[in-house]
Amino acid sequence: MTEDSRVEQDPPSRDALPRPVVQQRRFKESLIWLVPVLAALVGLSLVIHNWMQTGPQIVVSFQSAEGLDAGKTPVKYKNVVIGRVKNIRLSSDHSHVLVSVALEKSAEGFATKGTRYWVVRPRIGLGGVSGIDTLFSGAFIGADVGESNQSQDEFTGLEAPPAVSHGALGRSFVLHSEDLGSLDVGSPVYYRRIQVGQVASYKLDADGKGVSLQIFVDGPNDRFVTASSRFWNASGVDLSVGANGLKLNTQSLAAVLAGGVAFQDPPGPHDSTPAPQDTSFQLFDDRATAMAPPDGEPHYIRMRFEQSVRGLAVDAPVEFLGINIGKVVSVRLDYDRKMQKFPVLVGAVVYPKRLGSAYDKLEALARERGENPDLSRTIGRLIAHGLRAQARTGNLLTGQLYVALDFVPHAAKATFDPDAKPLTIPTAPGSFDKLQEQMANIVDKLDKVPFDSIGKHLDQSLAGLDATLKQVNGQTLPAFKHTLDGVQQTMGSANEALSGDSPLQRNLGATLEQVQRMARSLRVLTDYLGGHPEALLRGRRADSPPTVQAPPNPPRQEDKP
Amino acid sequence: MTALPRAVDLGLIGCRVCGLVCRNVAGDERLDGDGVDDAMACPRCGSALRRRKWNSYARTWALLIAGFILYIPANVLPIMRTASLNDIDDNTIISGVVELWTAGSADLAVIVFVASIVVPMLKFLSLGMLLVSSRRGSDWARPQRAKLYRLVEFIGYWSMLDVFVVALLTALVRFSVLSRVEPLPGVIFFGLTVVLTMFASMSFDPRLIWDGRNTDD
Repeated sequence: MTEDSRVEQDPPSRDALPRPVVQQRRFKESLIWLVPVLAALVGLSLVIHNWMQTGPQIVVSFQSAEGLDAGKTPVKYKNVVIGRVKNIRLSSDHSHVLVSVALEKSAEGFATKGTRYWVVRPRIGLGGVSGIDTLFSGAFIGADVGESNQSQDEFTGLEAPPAVSHGALGRSFVLHSEDLGSLDVGSPVYYRRIQVGQVASYKLDADGKGVSLQIFVDGPNDRFVTASSRFWNASGVDLSVGANGLKLNTQSLAAVLAGGVAFQDPPGPHDSTPAPQDTSFQLFDDRATAMAPPDGEPHYIRMRFEQSVRGLAVDAPVEFLGINIGKVVSVRLDYDRKMQKFPVLVGAVVYPKRLGSAYDKLEALARERGENPDLSRTIGRLIAHGLRAQARTGNLLTGQLYVALDFVPHAAKATFDPDAKPLTIPTAPGSFDKLQEQMANIVDKLDKVPFDSIGKHLDQSLAGLDATLKQVNGQTLPAFKHTLDGVQQTMGSANEALSGDSPLQRNLGATLEQVQRMARSLRVLTDYLGGHPEALLRGRRADSPPTVQAPPNPPRQEDKP
Repeated sequence: MTALPRAVDLGLIGCRVCGLVCRNVAGDERLDGDGVDDAMACPRCGSALRRRKWNSYARTWALLIAGFILYIPANVLPIMRTASLNDIDDNTIISGVVELWTAGSADLAVIVFVASIVVPMLKFLSLGMLLVSSRRGSDWARPQRAKLYRLVEFIGYWSMLDVFVVALLTALVRFSVLSRVEPLPGVIFFGLTVVLTMFASMSFDPRLIWDGRNTDD
């Protein structure tokens, strides 16, 4: 109010007021529009950046979305984030989950055919522990780029991480085996007990008759896989009893538990050029088989046993003079109408090459003779010399049988058709069978012994004996007792006669004294006569002074009666 | 109201710094005080003499638009990364609000929502409305519009709440492996938005609300 009143009281004239001075603006008004332009540029750059960063969108299907988190779970390649899970949804048939992944622009190459995706979770297995870091960071999706350039946006995720990443240094090989054993993806491959690779994958053969394993040997150790390398299953424990004692042979503890494959070159001269990629090898069951010289062509033979082959199982060894040359592959029963018998047909696979130089020599011999150096001909000759197949007891405790091809002395002549298919080897009863047969013979003979009549006779004899004994008891024994009494009497009188104070004894002493005396006088006489032989004629002379003494010991012989 | 003269009607202009009242010089393009090509300065203290805030409409529009443009990345980009032992969580403003809400802190969620979403939006809408209505010289609800402007100016800096939260958490929560909080680019954009809108409301001249030509003439 005061101001108003002051203005009203003292209104200055308008012209008295100072006029403003001119001051030029340094900035153009329009410059302020630079601010939104800058903001727009920043925004635009963000959009462009984002657009540049946005790579392809792919969908990966997994069995389960365990550990995956929409918007968070990263996709990593060599531990570098190349994308992120955008969302997770169920497939229309609810059988699996579809995980949408937004890849980064730089990871465009991962949206191509052959790229593999899998979920990395903590894994604890016999072969080791992996993915421990994901315990804390959460699971992530691992990726491994393929070779193809063909783009693809739908993938099927692996349930387990692939053992070998693409582009890793090394080579893969294929192993063929009868079964998988305890091997698994990731099982180690050992060379001289150093792990040099792992099993990458396995699958059944198309015909279902075996298993093919793909192994990957890391560089630079892959050069040790040569064209002649032998692979064997190194799982488990190899316990062997030899002349040197008990020997326990294992790979590392991990291999014992989780299985593994080992390879090595065979001893002796061999082809040591490195094997090319994807070479096929056979996977042997153990080192010994792997290192054995190659078996060569297998031959199927058949044997016809007339007796029971209880204890002969498939896989039982076939031995020739104690050398394992093959194994039994089938044991089947047959019926012979003519003989009304049930022979057993045993099929076996033999590897003549296992005979080594012996077989070579036989072959050479056959060639010398101008014969076909075939197994059938060679074996025919041996059969003529008494070669027979026998089912023998290999183990007395379990009764396991094995087939022994052996020369049987005095073998019955057998017919052998070298052209028959399959080759049939004549058989001979085995040692145990023979023993049984002999035992049966003995039993037969024992059977023929007339135990009945023997028993009857024995009975009669025993009755007679009984009567005799009765007679003895009734008559002989009392008489015997009588006799014994007499004897005792006699003995008593004899005893009396011989006792110290008996007259007989005394008389005997007196008699002996007299004899002694007589002997003494006789000696005096003979001494005298010795000194004076003339006394016989002249008679005794007068006694000289006593110089000669009587000898102290009279001769005993003369004393005795 | 229309009868009462205003400074411009009297051909007077006051210095906002030293209070000296000067007269407009009719005929001089730079000193006539009609708001076109004026280049006046106080003869005593030398500060610029302006009838209204310099270039208010353009500056307010420009800053408001810039703020709005930056508000988009501020909401789209994550503003904060919470990394704990087994989890890395990037949060945008709205996802943070949702997280707070689902975690049961409805009150906090409301506060953050109001401070970070409602207030900036309110500012954009209010300032835009004020600018449009003032430019058009509308005489609709002038006292209320003036109140609204004062409100906008007052609540402007409360929107910095989010920025402060992120800054505080980043400084406080640093347990290396166990848990940590990192600011992400979104918070910069958000802060820029808040600053730009504050500048915009500062550069808006509330006197423009009253510059209705219809009633003035």
